[in-house]
Amino acid sequence: MGSRASSLLREEDIEEIKKETGFSHSQITRLYSRFHSLDKGENGALSREDFQRIPELAINPLGDRIINAFFPEGTNKKYTAREDQVNFRGFMRTLAHFRPVEDNEKNKDLTSGEPLNSRTNKLHFAFQLYDLDRDDKISRDELLQVLRMMVGVNISDEQLGSIADRTIQEADTNGDMCISFSEFTKVLEKVDVEQKMSIRFLH
Amino acid sequence: MASSVYLCLLRAVFLVCFVNPLIQGLSEDESVFQNPHHQQEENLTGLPIVTFKWHHVETPYLVIIWVFVAGLAKLSVVELNHHVISVVPESGLLIILGFILGGIVWGADRAQTFKLLPPTFFYYLLPQIILDASYFMPNKLFFSNLGAILIYAIFGTCWNAATVGLSLWGCYEAGVMGNLDIGLLQFLLFGSLIAAVDPVAVIAVFEEVHVNEVLFILVFGESLLNDGVTVVLYNVFDAFVALGGPRIDAAEIFKGIFSFVVVAFGGSFLGIGFAILLSLLTRCTKHIQIIEAGFVFVVGYLAYLTAEMLSLSAILSITFCGICCQKYVNANMDEKSVTTVRHAMKLLANGSETMIFLFLGVTAIDTEIWVWNTGFILLTLLFVFIYRIIGTFLFTWMLNKFRLVPIEVIDQVVMSYGGLRGAVAYGLAALLDEDKIPEKNLMISTTLIVVYFTVILQGITMKPLVQWLKVKRAAHSDLKLIEKLNNRAFDHILAAVEDICGRIGDNWWTRGWNRFEENYISWLLMKPKARKNRDYLFSIFHKLNLEDAINYVSEGERQGSLAFSRSDEAANVDFKKQFGSEFADVMPNIMVDMSNYELGIEHFSVTSIVKDTIPSVSLDIHGQDRKNAMDDINAHHLLQQHLYRSRKHHRHKYSRSHFSINQNEDEVQEIFQRTMRSRLESFKSTKMGVNPAKKITKHHKKELTHKMPNGHPDGTGHLYGDEEVEGLCVFLPHLIEAGIENPVFLPDMDSPTHSPPWLMETEAVAPSQRAQRRLPWTPNRLRRLAPMRISTCSTDSFLMADVSLTLEEHEEHSQTDHVEM
Repeated sequence: MGSRASSLLREEDIEEIKKETGFSHSQITRLYSRFHSLDKGENGALSREDFQRIPELAINPLGDRIINAFFPEGTNKKYTAREDQVNFRGFMRTLAHFRPVEDNEKNKDLTSGEPLNSRTNKLHFAFQLYDLDRDDKISRDELLQVLRMMVGVNISDEQLGSIADRTIQEADTNGDMCISFSEFTKVLEKVDVEQKMSIRFLH
Repeated sequence: MASSVYLCLLRAVFLVCFVNPLIQGLSEDESVFQNPHHQQEENLTGLPIVTFKWHHVETPYLVIIWVFVAGLAKLSVVELNHHVISVVPESGLLIILGFILGGIVWGADRAQTFKLLPPTFFYYLLPQIILDASYFMPNKLFFSNLGAILIYAIFGTCWNAATVGLSLWGCYEAGVMGNLDIGLLQFLLFGSLIAAVDPVAVIAVFEEVHVNEVLFILVFGESLLNDGVTVVLYNVFDAFVALGGPRIDAAEIFKGIFSFVVVAFGGSFLGIGFAILLSLLTRCTKHIQIIEAGFVFVVGYLAYLTAEMLSLSAILSITFCGICCQKYVNANMDEKSVTTVRHAMKLLANGSETMIFLFLGVTAIDTEIWVWNTGFILLTLLFVFIYRIIGTFLFTWMLNKFRLVPIEVIDQVVMSYGGLRGAVAYGLAALLDEDKIPEKNLMISTTLIVVYFTVILQGITMKPLVQWLKVKRAAHSDLKLIEKLNNRAFDHILAAVEDICGRIGDNWWTRGWNRFEENYISWLLMKPKARKNRDYLFSIFHKLNLEDAINYVSEGERQGSLAFSRSDEAANVDFKKQFGSEFADVMPNIMVDMSNYELGIEHFSVTSIVKDTIPSVSLDIHGQDRKNAMDDINAHHLLQQHLYRSRKHHRHKYSRSHFSINQNEDEVQEIFQRTMRSRLESFKSTKMGVNPAKKITKHHKKELTHKMPNGHPDGTGHLYGDEEVEGLCVFLPHLIEAGIENPVFLPDMDSPTHSPPWLMETEAVAPSQRAQRRLPWTPNRLRRLAPMRISTCSTDSFLMADVSLTLEEHEEHSQTDHVEM
């Protein structure tokens, strides 16, 4: 499995991904074999169904949203051939958000200004999970939706509504009853995002 | 309140005081004991109507009296904890109570007649605690952390033994301890017996502290598995001491290391063998269900004693017996037997633990054993403490390089602080041979002091320490609602991404083992009926049905029959609207409850009705109350209570005094159904008008007429099911492969098309809806009441009904037609 899979992944691809995401060579190959095993259609790209086959995602309240996060808006040719498919580069790019933040920055030579796994980018990833319509604001309805997904059936809509209201109140500094990204960042500044949104990828 | 406590204490004291002089008076009379008949014959002048036959019942009577006293002691300790203070852990209080009782006995007898003798401890008091611990061990957690546990158990214990022994020897050589008749080997022997973390003490203290599950399993698993090392080290050094210094050469040392392998693995395999025996036995006990519960205890104890007989590690043997047999025994036995076993285990374990701690206290009050050597004792305490900390941090540092989720520093602190010594150390010390080890009493005294120190002092400070450490972290922020929400969201996100990435590498082994286990081991050890029913979702289904039924009955009893008739009207209407008239006929009894649910969906979540005992009439009033009551505290509290826990937070509380069905199964069910439904909705909405309803049922084998609806050809026809058998989700492949009457899911079924993967599960998740149409209503096919309570949005429930109706209709109509895209 390993050799066959990596033969489909060219060296220059690996180099590019390495530069963009900061993963190491062996991590990329391992993740490629994982990508390959998820890709039932063997067409080099993952569709939503491929993700939905993973059983644990079905019982994860935010599972579907995370699947959506892999499929970015618009068709950025580098990452998706079509609207509903993501190729390996796109896959890695999303996963790169979860790399642990390193102190000694090996990613000084990244083309994009800030590494993908910086704190801001991690927060931005989380922010986009809430903000479905991509207007850079979390409205009360969007927050309600997320809350409803994450909470059991014992809470009524009214209770949920007031929780949502309080939540917005805590974060909202400019009084527009929505949480913008900067407000979001500010209110979470004491949370250890680097640790909570990082996975130690095996070498 | 307080008076009851004092009453209990007084009762205990009186009892002992009363019994003791009696015992003393009678047991002192040796001639009575030796020549009962002569005595009677000599003094017989007439027919005695009643005689006092103490000597006949002496031994069992004393045993029972002590068990009784232990029970009273536990009662008073628990009352004390409840009403007065809960600073000292129960084990500590029991020890102190033991001191008091020991003092009384000693005062009466001038000698400690009731000591904790090693054979009593090792053969009668310890096995049930270990069996209880292993029978309720969370297997998945245990095995996924097994590497770390083994490192701590083996290397950690060796490290502790070596460092403590050598340091003490070094200090002795430096002359700090004065004159003792002791050598290096004896120091090492002492080090090995004091090094082991004790499972009894760990359970007793951690039960009240509630740390997170990984931390708990690490400490607890270590305490169980280190017995293998302890036994070996103890025996090896004991033999070395007997051999004497000069005769120890490389060969002997190699033998020592080899004996570790034999003892540890031999004990484990013996335990596994007995587990297999037990599972096979329970497989055959269909007709004598009343005694099958007994087999668990008998075979478990057999495992322990057999290992002891063969000088293998007895604790390891009984541990693995419990760990391996739990799944099969629980599947094979009747539900009542399972409950019996659980309750009896908890009872025995609780009782044993109480007696152990009590006797640890009683044994202390004995002038014979106390030898005080300040240097030895203080240095031991110091070294035990320090080397535990150093060892833990050292090994954790090494482990964190390999672990996916590193162990945090705070957890390491708690782990090192939680290295409690207990009765096992004392038992081993008491077993020492006085001739070979002249300083036995010193060692016993030191061991007792270390035990008291760890259990009482560290037990007292453990809870505040845990809280303090956490408080220090959280003090930076007040944890606002949004932070809490996001924390939980992050956990979910992380769990999801981890699942997407797969646990690269070790997953293959887990999957392979699971497959092997399903096909071969379960075939051998489980009853065929149990094998069919081991469908994970079905068992949750069943459990939830039972809970619903119980709730339903208790709700009915609370409300009286009036409530039912009142809501009956509404029930009919809603019910028929929902499910068609068929159901109304079939399930008249359920209708009423359905009405509660229906009404509830519009106003409240349904379960709140059931659980809050609100009669259906006054719903609205309560609603307003709720609104008014909502303030800051409530919002936090509510969120805290109701946020779904992510994998990280699922606490498996090992508790000595109660056990609960793992509540996350409810949550899993809810999340799962909700996800499936939303996927179905999005699926339906994207494929306008195409009915997704080529349902695969157990009854219609030829119905497999699915085409991959979203257009792109799925030529391989890979049936989902052979991937990602991980953790919680073993059930999904099971759904596919459940039961032999489901040939559609056989891997070799060459279907050109198949439905989107999640649809299959949706179908299988709610089989009863389908089944209801075909089969008469029987208790076994009790309609899953809960699906209707899943959502508080009324639209969702209707959609659910629509979906099911649509699906059912299509299923009726479609025989061979293919879905066109």
